[in-house]
Amino acid sequence: MELWRRAANPWGQDVLIGISWDLMWAAVFAGLAFTLAHAVWAKWLAPAASTDAGGGSSVAGLPAQILRHALSERVFHWVMSAAMLVLLITAFAPVIGIQFAWVTIHWIAGLILTATIVYHIIHAVFWQDFWAMWVNKADIEAGLAELSHMVGRNGTEVPKAAKYPIDHKMFHHGASVSGLTAIVTGIFMMLRIDTWLGAANPYLLDITDSTWGVVYVVHGISGVALFGLIITHIYFAIRPDKWWITKSMIYGFIGQDKYVENFDPNRWAIPGAAPQEERVPAGVGASLGSDDAVVGSSDAAVGSGDVESGSNDTAAGGGDLAVGGGDATASGGDAAAGGGGAAATGESPSDSDDGRASEVEGLD
Amino acid sequence: MAVIRDMIPAFELFQPTNVEDTIELLDRYGEDGWVLSGGMDSFDWFKDRIKRPAAVVDLVNVDELRGVRTTPDGVEIGALTTLTNVADHPELTADYSVLTDAASHIATPQIRNRGTLGGNLSQDTRCWYYRGGWPCYRAGGNTCYASAPTAMNREHCISGSSRCVAVNPSDSASALIALDAKFVIRGSRGERVVDAQDYFMRPSVDIERMTILKPGELLTTIRIPSTWAKATFYYEKVEDRKSWDFALMTIASAIRMSGGVIQDVRLAVNGVAPFPVRLEKAEQVVRGRTPSDDLGMEAGTVATEGAQPLRHNAYKIDLMRNLVRRAIRNSAEA
Repeated sequence: MELWRRAANPWGQDVLIGISWDLMWAAVFAGLAFTLAHAVWAKWLAPAASTDAGGGSSVAGLPAQILRHALSERVFHWVMSAAMLVLLITAFAPVIGIQFAWVTIHWIAGLILTATIVYHIIHAVFWQDFWAMWVNKADIEAGLAELSHMVGRNGTEVPKAAKYPIDHKMFHHGASVSGLTAIVTGIFMMLRIDTWLGAANPYLLDITDSTWGVVYVVHGISGVALFGLIITHIYFAIRPDKWWITKSMIYGFIGQDKYVENFDPNRWAIPGAAPQEERVPAGVGASLGSDDAVVGSSDAAVGSGDVESGSNDTAAGGGDLAVGGGDATASGGDAAAGGGGAAATGESPSDSDDGRASEVEGLD
Repeated sequence: MAVIRDMIPAFELFQPTNVEDTIELLDRYGEDGWVLSGGMDSFDWFKDRIKRPAAVVDLVNVDELRGVRTTPDGVEIGALTTLTNVADHPELTADYSVLTDAASHIATPQIRNRGTLGGNLSQDTRCWYYRGGWPCYRAGGNTCYASAPTAMNREHCISGSSRCVAVNPSDSASALIALDAKFVIRGSRGERVVDAQDYFMRPSVDIERMTILKPGELLTTIRIPSTWAKATFYYEKVEDRKSWDFALMTIASAIRMSGGVIQDVRLAVNGVAPFPVRLEKAEQVVRGRTPSDDLGMEAGTVATEGAQPLRHNAYKIDLMRNLVRRAIRNSAEA
């Protein structure tokens, strides 16, 4: 497999002229191999649902539907997605023999992408919590715990996520680096073609053939990297177990149950909802992932007054907010033993395994 | 800069005797195969050692691709018919003189004796930056040396460019577009027939090919419908010298007159874009009107709208305008 294409320029210098299209196939292979491996793992090898390390707190006043992506963010996402897909199609379809006049479409889509990214940067800096997308120590710890859990260490405690889990952040940063690199190099490359912005002038910046070659190679690498990233992104977007996240990018909201199940209210606070100070026992979060718990929590969406109720009551009756279990030790033990449904059994800590029980006690 | 050498790189040589075997060979070698007809373009590439095909399929023995045949709908010309045979063919001369005019203006008698109509239509561009082996867009690179501010681009295009500004060098292309010819292409997946103007690839679609021929495909036949037989034709080739030169520009027109009015018209030019261009807007201007010098000027002005000259070829705008003018004016005189 070749990585680059090289040629002798008019001065006899051996210069880069672009990436080898083998890299495109490598990106496709890598993206598809990853998705296939993940699909196999998720279907047959994935361990039981992870347990919560106790990072969550009880939340009072949660609405039934929680806004995850505002309209402006959704419009941005889909316009950017459309531009990105057009860019990838116009870049790579001709390579595989699907021929059409792609150049004009490509640079126009590139300008649209650039505009959306500029908007997003300004919006994120001035109107959003810029640091919400930043990877911090808690994310790394959660990511390592998740990885540990994924490789089969059942019972590994995985803290709940902030608004953006670390895998989302990593994808965002990967796509950002690739996208911004493609944009910057693409703008330079536009100097070499006729556009509505002006006639081609490849000598405007007095850049040598060698440097131009690097620009083209970097642009190409960014493109194939985005190709691979987007394959995986689309894969996760259409997975049934992730569909609730995808729907939130369409409709804007996630259900209260998904919020309670997956997010730490101390790291993603919902306006109007008040995280309580009580520490939540490990396992409660996992138990909320069950259907039983979802029903319970849904019913108890505003049940802040019931927070002190025992978890046994919560699970069985569904009248109380599930995460608000006051009897931390008891519910934690249940979750560790049996996941969501176990919460309803009301087993005591002594019924669960010793190690798990001691972890729960440690939390207390 | 490439230097022509005496020795050409080695390749496998095949000389099939029929189209089926030819297609099979071309299909087998795909992008590594090369069709050799008259060799007027091919041997330059080989001797420059810029094109290095693994296999050359020489059509010299494929007799079924030679000759001019009359059909109920017009005539069919085998792609391997030499330019001399086209230029001298009595029926073509009588009915489609715009084509024989074009063929007789190609290069020299010696070249016309070897060169074929299919080869003339399918030949590569003559941009010397590209022919010199430099890594321009058309050669798979990332720049156009001919469009640079300091480039020598007197012969290059004034419209239709997309990164590449080279022009199509075929003298016969404009005539066949004016005649509304159809090109028959055969490949392993069967036969397809395309309009003459659609045979030529736009660089915006594929910058590395001059025609729509895919690897493994072969231009076999040129069909000329009788629609334009014995019409009023005009052909002119403008070149730096009157013999053995590539055109700066060619124009071909076919006009049907009725009662002193242009009933129908087809106008085509080559040398203005990376592909031969049918001037449909100019046709609309003159259709239904009495031909005159003024009308020709008007049509020429319309035809040159949007032209974007390079540093050294602004003259082509005036040239194109005047060629259209002459073609229309000629129909008045005829």
